[in-house]
Amino acid sequence: MSDVIEATKSETAEVRVVENVVCSFCGCLCDDIVVEVDDGGITRVRKACANGRGFFTHYRPAPRQPSVNGQGVGWKEAVAEAAQILNAADSPLIYGLSSTVTEAQRKAVKLADRLGAMIDTTSSVCHGPTGLAMQAVGEPTCTLGEVRNRADLLVFWGCNPAVSHIRHSSRYSARSKGMLTPNGRQDRTVVAVDVRPTASTRTADIFLQVQPGADFDVLAALRALVQGKEIAMETVGGVPATQLSDLADRFKTCRFGVAFVGMGLTQSRGRDLNVSELFTLVADLNQYTRFSVIPMRGHGNVAGADQVLTWQAGYPFAVSFARGYPQYGPGEFSTVDVLARGEADAALILASDPVAHFPRAAARQLEHIPTIVLDPMPSLTARVARVVFPTACYGVDAAGTVYRMDGVPLRLRPALPRARPTDEEVLDQIIEAVM
Amino acid sequence: MSEHFTLITGRTAEQGRALHEDKDSEAYYRAMTLVEMNVEDMNRLRIEEGQVIRVRTAAGQVEVPAYAGELPSMLLFIPMGPVANVLVGTDTESTGMPPFKGLMAEVEPI
Amino acid sequence: MSETILVQNGQVYDPQNGVNGEIRDIWIKHGRVVAPEEMDRKRAQTIDATGLVVMPGGVDIHSHIVGAKVNAGRKFRPEDHRDHVRSRTSFTRSGAGYTVPTTYLTGYLYAEMGYTTVMEAATAPLVARHTHEEMEDTPILDKGAFITMGNNHFIMNCIRDGQRDKARDYVAWLLGATKGYAIKIVNPGGVENWKWGKNVSELDDEVIGFGVTPRQIITTLAWINDDLGLPHVPHIHGLGLGSTGNARTTVETIEALGGRRAHFCHLQFLSYAGERGNLPRSGAAAVARAVNEHPNVTVDVGQVVFGEATTMTCDGPFQYRLHRLTGHKWLNDDVEGETGGGVVPIRYDRKNPVNAVQWVIGLELFLLTQDPWRVFLTTDHPNAGPFFYYPQVIKLLMDRDYRAEMLQGIHDRTRRNTLLHELDREYSLYEIAIITRAGTARALGLKNKGHLGVGADADVTIYAPLDDREEMFARPPYVLKDGEIVVRDGQLVRERPGRTLYVDPPYDPAIETDLRAHFEERYTLSFDNYPVSCEYLPHGQVVACE
Repeated sequence: MSDVIEATKSETAEVRVVENVVCSFCGCLCDDIVVEVDDGGITRVRKACANGRGFFTHYRPAPRQPSVNGQGVGWKEAVAEAAQILNAADSPLIYGLSSTVTEAQRKAVKLADRLGAMIDTTSSVCHGPTGLAMQAVGEPTCTLGEVRNRADLLVFWGCNPAVSHIRHSSRYSARSKGMLTPNGRQDRTVVAVDVRPTASTRTADIFLQVQPGADFDVLAALRALVQGKEIAMETVGGVPATQLSDLADRFKTCRFGVAFVGMGLTQSRGRDLNVSELFTLVADLNQYTRFSVIPMRGHGNVAGADQVLTWQAGYPFAVSFARGYPQYGPGEFSTVDVLARGEADAALILASDPVAHFPRAAARQLEHIPTIVLDPMPSLTARVARVVFPTACYGVDAAGTVYRMDGVPLRLRPALPRARPTDEEVLDQIIEAVM
Repeated sequence: MSEHFTLITGRTAEQGRALHEDKDSEAYYRAMTLVEMNVEDMNRLRIEEGQVIRVRTAAGQVEVPAYAGELPSMLLFIPMGPVANVLVGTDTESTGMPPFKGLMAEVEPI
Repeated sequence: MSETILVQNGQVYDPQNGVNGEIRDIWIKHGRVVAPEEMDRKRAQTIDATGLVVMPGGVDIHSHIVGAKVNAGRKFRPEDHRDHVRSRTSFTRSGAGYTVPTTYLTGYLYAEMGYTTVMEAATAPLVARHTHEEMEDTPILDKGAFITMGNNHFIMNCIRDGQRDKARDYVAWLLGATKGYAIKIVNPGGVENWKWGKNVSELDDEVIGFGVTPRQIITTLAWINDDLGLPHVPHIHGLGLGSTGNARTTVETIEALGGRRAHFCHLQFLSYAGERGNLPRSGAAAVARAVNEHPNVTVDVGQVVFGEATTMTCDGPFQYRLHRLTGHKWLNDDVEGETGGGVVPIRYDRKNPVNAVQWVIGLELFLLTQDPWRVFLTTDHPNAGPFFYYPQVIKLLMDRDYRAEMLQGIHDRTRRNTLLHELDREYSLYEIAIITRAGTARALGLKNKGHLGVGADADVTIYAPLDDREEMFARPPYVLKDGEIVVRDGQLVRERPGRTLYVDPPYDPAIETDLRAHFEERYTLSFDNYPVSCEYLPHGQVVACE
């Protein structure tokens, strides 16, 4: 019986094909996605990886009611409750931002400025240390097209793109074909550095297995070798000095090298110092050849959050407006620290899920202070929040601007019509209500 | 027995896929409730494949099934998520970044 | 904008209309300067400008204030911001930054200084969207973006293949796609060569992989500019910036134009004489002579201000060299198929012989170039110094005693060798009005800016005629933007959005086929996702081509 109904549906339903759709799941921001849509929603997603496909197909665009204390309410009441929470707070915190558009991120910063709140992005648990490194020593970088067109040597340090950025290889890096790299993978040497074998290390030409916590030592040794110095030890961080020597030579003699850095460096012992050492190595290599580094940004628009907070407040994360002007304080105003020390008395969580991703002692705090959540999906944080706004999903039914891991800004091309308010609209209403 | 392991937490393909589903889903829960260990360490400690063990750090402890993974000896891997995060402390050393990777951990078969 | 305002009885300097300090009334209605007959005198709000100096609002022809490179500079230099903050008020946003202020603060600081139009000096086409997002968050000022094209693959391919017309259509398409205002050329060919670790130094050097030369890039873009009838001219950051001996190439480049119009930016950095490899001497005399002899050329000086600065240009190889020279932290960004660039912090020290000579070169250029309609005041913000030091530069030009006093404080040998001792010219208020607004607006082709004739945008700045010219120009008591008072009694009283000015020249749509192929081959995003749509310019305004 149900087969007949399905057949009838496909005869009468009009299928719209939307091309050049931008997938905003991860920092790759692939913009060649093809989405097929009918009256019922998205029926097919082509070219996206498994993560992207899931992003498009698991979101249910049907409007949902906001809630206060678990009870469904109208949007006006929810806004009023949120404004009341924020107005009453002495030390409100706005966190997240990375899975929404810059148009909404700009509103979030405006709200923080208005309130004298702290504002932080998911960078603080992701590439915050990379930002600290860039501020300390600089960053020689390039756009992804330069990688595709010119790079003959790639180094994946502490990241696993085969799992986290699935199309990175074919669109931009190892397997991509470009101006000077017509043979794709064969025109490149791929080095992967990690503490254990992964799907990415298995497809690399060279796997450097480093002892946990020893990346800094290995990077320092490479810097010395690149500068023509000799290493007295036989191994550094579990890696034979001969292998490091060979690597240093390859780095110096390639045509255009690019390193990609991930959580393996930012989350391990040393954190920003690890990344600084890598960035310095890359800068040093420019005395011999051309070498760049690109951070593997995780969430689809965390790069945008960096940009927005920087252009409006001067700093990429961990900002406080409590004094009436922006102050920068990694460790002071970064969210895990703030929550762990109980220094926020209200929180607005925009487009992220800290209860899922934070250390437990910090995540738990969000249950003890009034929390407001804006999220298209029923996140773990939404479950403990006092006020929940189920907003439209960026890239699927909400439009706006997103920034790729290399800083290239793209406009989303949502395939579905909007059925819910957007993050931007809700924040605008909250801003008006808190004034 | 208190051998000191090093624990890292991170992405896996399954955990990433399950992110899209309702995080309440069984798939998500299953994807992050496990620990990968070096097979020789498992043998030495007489831990069988799939056996639930206790993993403890300064921040807390969890009980999860252990599976053999391609890991060097004395390294543990747990997929990132609320289960792993019981074990991750909040000392960011003034960087904002908690110690998601490189934690000192103990294991105990139960 | 229904306000009608009468700026009464002020001493007006309006060089485009030949008004040199005469006592005049300025009538404003619906955001424009109007003839007195159109005004209802009784309903007009009057600003009594008796004893005050009235000029059109300042027009900055070259400044780095918004976009990818500027923001990378902001992110990279938290130390620049910490001690320079502004608190929010009931109608303004908070901000921070000294050499790289945040966007809202940039708008407020420029407005408080009496500037109402600022041109963003360099935007890479691929990231133009970013420029426009930041422009929307930069209040009060009217703005426009120069689009870098001097290392563009499509253009270089056309030059190589002798397809000038196709290059022209591409440029027209590109300006529309990026919502840009003008053609910018930065170290043509050199930034492409930097992707091979090299550079160019002569006009006839070869661009690796393309077989074209800097000379060809410049002359082709100059021809295109004229053919499209763009309001501004090609805006050129020449070869060998910062290198000893570049004065020679600057003169050669001026001559290479063959009479076509062009603008040479931050010319101070390109006026160094001497043998390559040695410390630079001043080449200002030779360069100023070339400028004087070529009426087709306008320039802005890029005057050094002693103190902290942040260098940021699309000149990738130059930025790397500066990093190696100073040891300061270094940002680099190569942009696929188009351009590159970098950021390096710097400090100009009056006792440093190189910085001292850079400082005198700028002043020599100002004082040796005869026609104020062709030499403009900039500090290439923030490369040679922050924009809010323009009043200090004005004072140096107007007050030779102050100049002599500052000259005393610089490095000895530089002081002894400079021409400045003999240059006792002092700029008049009229000339200052030219080099900061009348001349710049004209050079930009902005017909309604830089003057106070009927039909002009009512962007008006009223100064107190203080003896200390730096004080005078730092804090004008009144600034009007589109006929609205934004600064009163020296305080910002109103925040409002400014416009984004752009051009939209026609092109042969057949070029789309070539563009699609080029995108497939060279870019990592699709052709259809590249252009900046009008949504990004809610306050956009097209400026017509001839």
